[in-house]
Amino acid sequence: MNIVVCVKYVPDAQSDRSFNEADNTTDREGVEGLLSELDEYAVEEALKIAEAGEGEVTVVTVGPEQAVNAVKKALQMGAHKAVHVSDEAIHGSDAAATSLILAEAVKKAAGDGTPDLVITGMSSTDGVMGVVPAMLAERLGLPQVTYASELTLHGDKVSIRRDGDAASETIESTLPALVSVTDQINEPRYPSFKGIMAAKKKPVETWSLADLGVDAGRVGLDAAWTKVTSFAKRPPREQGQLVTDEGDGGTKLAEFLSAQKFL
Amino acid sequence: MPVTRLMPTSDGDDLIALTREICSKELRPRVDDAERAAAEGESFPTEVFRTLGQAGLLSLPHPEEFGGGGQPYEVYLQVVEEIASAWMSVAVGVSVHSLTAYPVTTFGTDEQRAALLPGMLSGDQLGAYCLSEPLAGSDVGSMTTRANRDGDGTAYAIKGRKAWISHAGHADYYTTFARTSDDAGRGISCFIVPAGSDAMTFGAPEKKMGLHCDTVREVIFDGVPVDGANRIGDEGQGMAIALSALDAGRLGIASAATGLAQSALDVAAAYAKERQQFGRAIASNQGLAFLVADMEAAVSGARAAYLYAARLKDAGRPFSKEAAVAKLLATDAAMKVTTDAIQVLGGAGYTADFPVERMFREAKVTQIFEGTNQIQRLVISRHVLR
Ligand SMILES: Cc1cc2nc3c(=O)[nH]c(=O)nc-3n(C[C@H](O)[C@H](O)[C@H](O)COP(=O)(O)OP(=O)(O)OC[C@H]3O[C@@H](n4cnc5c(N)ncnc54)[C@H](O)[C@@H]3O)c2cc1C
Repeated sequence: MNIVVCVKYVPDAQSDRSFNEADNTTDREGVEGLLSELDEYAVEEALKIAEAGEGEVTVVTVGPEQAVNAVKKALQMGAHKAVHVSDEAIHGSDAAATSLILAEAVKKAAGDGTPDLVITGMSSTDGVMGVVPAMLAERLGLPQVTYASELTLHGDKVSIRRDGDAASETIESTLPALVSVTDQINEPRYPSFKGIMAAKKKPVETWSLADLGVDAGRVGLDAAWTKVTSFAKRPPREQGQLVTDEGDGGTKLAEFLSAQKFL
Repeated sequence: MPVTRLMPTSDGDDLIALTREICSKELRPRVDDAERAAAEGESFPTEVFRTLGQAGLLSLPHPEEFGGGGQPYEVYLQVVEEIASAWMSVAVGVSVHSLTAYPVTTFGTDEQRAALLPGMLSGDQLGAYCLSEPLAGSDVGSMTTRANRDGDGTAYAIKGRKAWISHAGHADYYTTFARTSDDAGRGISCFIVPAGSDAMTFGAPEKKMGLHCDTVREVIFDGVPVDGANRIGDEGQGMAIALSALDAGRLGIASAATGLAQSALDVAAAYAKERQQFGRAIASNQGLAFLVADMEAAVSGARAAYLYAARLKDAGRPFSKEAAVAKLLATDAAMKVTTDAIQVLGGAGYTADFPVERMFREAKVTQIFEGTNQIQRLVISRHVLR
């Protein structure tokens, strides 16, 4: 089984995230970045499949220079090899362009064919659009089974469970297929120290747009279908109303709640 | 703010990053509840040790060929410090566990290393270190637990009572010191005793003032059989093994105490910048700011002391005096810094709503175990005045 996992390098949600003043894109310079936590579930699921039988896990990321850290983390967890697509022209790409680049990278990583399984997280923790998996499946011509909370392989089929508000669906697809997974599907492992050491010897390929045969004019900020025209920091929360209890605290609380239409 | 660390290798940097990730995701969210639960009844962080074991953090200073991390003490101890800044009981557990394998790595034969270490260092097992007895604490040489040769003379049966044993009842094996002759100092031998014998029973967990997740109780040996192949070193070499192991173990406690002090300082510094009195942050009073400065100096001094001893050890040089100095300085620093952290927080610091009162209780024991600080002074003065 040949599995490709697509992962993203995102700004650490714990840090103070912002936009780039110059072009209103996500600021990836001023903050610490890491492998998107939602993608750890995708890596873990791929590793479990590979460990249960035979298989090779390739991780692919598209992003600036530091984005190589996302695939390195996946290699430390146990993935076998990695691809980092990096090119100045990619800066500012929207989801459609990202899926175009990813599709070409996935095909090339699979030796100019299609892998048996492509796994992604359900969305990134920075953009949170959640559309790249579907777009990527479309570009690869693969069936897409998204938001999997459970994944089972039998023969040349994959079946997943998708939990909705009202019902849980079981969906089956033939392989090859693309599956996006939720944070309910497994408990991602930490890299082990030995894994970290081993990862230093694992291959990481760096590809440019030219390597993938993608026309630079189709990606990047200028080709994006939508643009952020301005941004403003959310104003700091104002202090709430303080009520000193002079025996009538209960009444004042009720008055406040009813004024806010909670009562 | 994370401590600035100058690691000797990039592997060391990676290890610190891994440790910090596990601390923030697995240890810090659990420590308060777990310590409270363990104070009320028995509770042991088995899962946390498993996570650390799988990540390879339970056997860092031991040889790679038997499953260890092959790391110098300079790196291993900084990992212990990071763990202690998140959860002291767990850091002490990591240090004690490392100590339990030390006799085998350092004094075992090739056969014993090959037979015992892969299990001990696998990360799945936890060890206990049985040295102290109810009547033999600082005075190790007065121990009475005996290992008598059994049957045809190839095996032993251990009989006696060990006190204050960390991990007792949870450990997979017990590194045990017992008397094989009446000679006070030269009559002691070292054994690796697997858990599971019916002849080994445990006392009730001690009700301690802190460090609750380090379960401590008596281990009662009532003729526990041990294979002759599990005796480490010669008969009578036990005291030398125990003392050598303690030199290394003391550095574990010194680094853990440093981490504990660092986290108390972090809480205090953050609070001092937030808390307003007289219309300004309390940190803007020099009288308080200088208290914080002294805390920082104490923590930095403790770190420098244990790292210096570690570098000597890693270079194969004598480090016994320096280890005792580090243990003394770091644990006294932990006591002082946690006390002052409560002072910085005022009344809030004295409540269980903030972690500094717990850290203060945890700091106290570091001045007592792995040789009390009086014993450290004994070791230091003997070196200096020899
Ligand atoms: C939480 C905890 C965990 C522990 N874990 C372990 C463990 O895993 N394995 C293990 O073997 N032991 C363990 N111990 C035991 C610990 O190492 C002993 O408590 C310690 O060595 C001191 O022994 P003691 O308590 O008998 O005190 P004592 O030796 O009775 O000392 C009492 C006081 O007398 C002082 N004193 C004694 N002799 C001298 C002297 N010559 N000069 C000056 N002052 C002196 C001491 O410094 C101390 O202040 C643990 C203890 C605790 C509290």
